[in-house]
Amino acid sequence: MEEVKEQAMSLPRLGEPAPAFEALTTHGVLKLEDFKGSWLILFSHPADFTPVCTTEFIAFAEIYPELQKRGVELLGLSVDSVSSHIAWVRNIEEKTGTKIPFPLIADLSKEVSLAYGMIHPGQSKTETVRCVFIIDSNQIIRTILYYPLTTGRNMAEILRIVDALQTTDKNAVATPANWKPGDMVVVPPPKTQEMAEERVKQGYECVDWYLCKKKL
Amino acid sequence: MACISPDGKPTESGTRMLSALKSGLSSAEEVAKEAGLPLFRVRSGLRELTQAGLANQKGEKYELSSKGAELLGTLST
Repeated sequence: MEEVKEQAMSLPRLGEPAPAFEALTTHGVLKLEDFKGSWLILFSHPADFTPVCTTEFIAFAEIYPELQKRGVELLGLSVDSVSSHIAWVRNIEEKTGTKIPFPLIADLSKEVSLAYGMIHPGQSKTETVRCVFIIDSNQIIRTILYYPLTTGRNMAEILRIVDALQTTDKNAVATPANWKPGDMVVVPPPKTQEMAEERVKQGYECVDWYLCKKKL
Repeated sequence: MACISPDGKPTESGTRMLSALKSGLSSAEEVAKEAGLPLFRVRSGLRELTQAGLANQKGEKYELSSKGAELLGTLST
């Protein structure tokens, strides 16, 4: 397989628009803009027919119904061909009974991989590492996760991040360490001394004026 | 092509989208609801059906073309 010599022009960053693309997938030609209005998890895997990736695909398929409840679509990517992707997802279904319901980009040209900084030559010069881009309904990048080739992703954490981001958007709050739905959320810190004095009298659970939590 | 097979016939999802357009000018969102397909699939599919001359785009909405209606009639007979 051809080595990637070029460097990504600039890596996507949080809070910025996700790089646009038009790509051949197992569900036909898809553009990023086709997902507008939905949240999107764009994720890359090193290669089809590999063991860790297979466990991840089964796990992504398992959380797909939960993601759909949250208005989130899934889109996979590797530098394999559409034929390889089709053969692999059919093999996964045949051997494990798990149908892969989401599309997979066949990024043979590495156009999307490079735009999203998915190839890390220190890990592999020819394969994408395990990236996760959580993109909101306005197509803004909200979270980026990178996992090495040898470590499969944690689906519970991906779901937790989606829940945290959507809770933040809906309620204008932040979420503390190890937060999960139902836990108390962090009230944004006051910006003035007056607000700080008022904050401690507002009935929140406060450690001090800068760290107050409330139930939703 | 995801909606049109190499033999020129629409796939199951393509047929569902064409059928959804029978009711008249529709947005991608309306087609997705009627066809029971994810919106991203419908946006991509309508692009293909339009390029194949089976649907016409009018602004943000789509309608069945005469070629699309004819093909749909063939499929239902």
